[in-house]
Amino acid sequence: MRTRLGRPLVTDAEAHAHDTGLAHQFEDLEQQQEADALGIWLFLVTEIMFFGGLFAAYAIYRWLYFGAFQGGSHILDIRLGAANTIVLLGSSLTMALSVRSAQTGNRRATVVFLLATMILGGIFLGVKAYEYNQKFVEHVVPSLDWAPEGETLARLAPGGLEHAEIYFFFYFAMTGLHALHMIIGMGLLLWLVLRARKGSFTPHYFAPVEVVGLYWHFVDIVWIFLFPLLYLIGGRY
Amino acid sequence: MSQPIVPQKTYLFVFLCLISLTILTTGVAFIDLGPFNTVVALAIAFSKMLLVVLFFMGVRHSSGLVRITLVAGFFWLALLIAFTMSDYRTRSWTPAPDAWSSTAPPTHP
Repeated sequence: MRTRLGRPLVTDAEAHAHDTGLAHQFEDLEQQQEADALGIWLFLVTEIMFFGGLFAAYAIYRWLYFGAFQGGSHILDIRLGAANTIVLLGSSLTMALSVRSAQTGNRRATVVFLLATMILGGIFLGVKAYEYNQKFVEHVVPSLDWAPEGETLARLAPGGLEHAEIYFFFYFAMTGLHALHMIIGMGLLLWLVLRARKGSFTPHYFAPVEVVGLYWHFVDIVWIFLFPLLYLIGGRY
Repeated sequence: MSQPIVPQKTYLFVFLCLISLTILTTGVAFIDLGPFNTVVALAIAFSKMLLVVLFFMGVRHSSGLVRITLVAGFFWLALLIAFTMSDYRTRSWTPAPDAWSSTAPPTHP
């Protein structure tokens, strides 16, 4: 773009390029898409380290107090955990299909799949809320409501009650941070639905759908590890 | 980004694989494999992650720059866990010298 006096600041070709979603600072769409991809991946790498701190701390305490972690794990409802895993994997499928629909320029399908992703995400959070409530019913909420009794106490006592409390600290910190990411993701999905309805996305420009999709899949991957690490410690045989 | 359009069938197939692996990992939890229960659970979780990363996140079509960014992230995570664990697991190998203990009398005149 030349800025010499007498010449238009934006040429016709550049104005046309803007219609296809190309921002001024990029040479072409390919370079722009590469920058979008690198940006979200760098963010996801910081997220890996963010969750990674918790996973590293978890690894140490699980090694130190394996018996207590096993006892705590057996308090959780394995069926709810597995069902929720499938729900979240389903939401990743609809998210991938939504990106595909945006790619092919199918506005209606994009919106439908985004809404499906939100519904599945909502089901996941609902089940999670029910599970959190169960922890209060069983009095296994560290600090706030820590007074396990009866069968729960019998399961937790062998590994040491104070160590079982550490397990539930990890349970709430890790699933809580994950749920927070889900809630943020739901907000982003709502924003995408509104934009997609207005027809903001074209086969040339659908970076927001793709970027939020990558974030959503990342949150799914965190759960893929949380499920075996929290629910499946030591086996249920 | 700038990926070819992947057929819907591929996504559905990957999803079915992920569901099967979830059912498998839940089922294995009810079989006594000793310490291998953890190994199997983590191996299955890792496979599921690879499926999501390669297909749903489209990394199999990504540029080298994106791939090396991703690999670097996991490399640093591995460093974090490996060095922290090696610290904790080896602390008891060498007891603290007596001179460091508060109860021990000073050894120098």
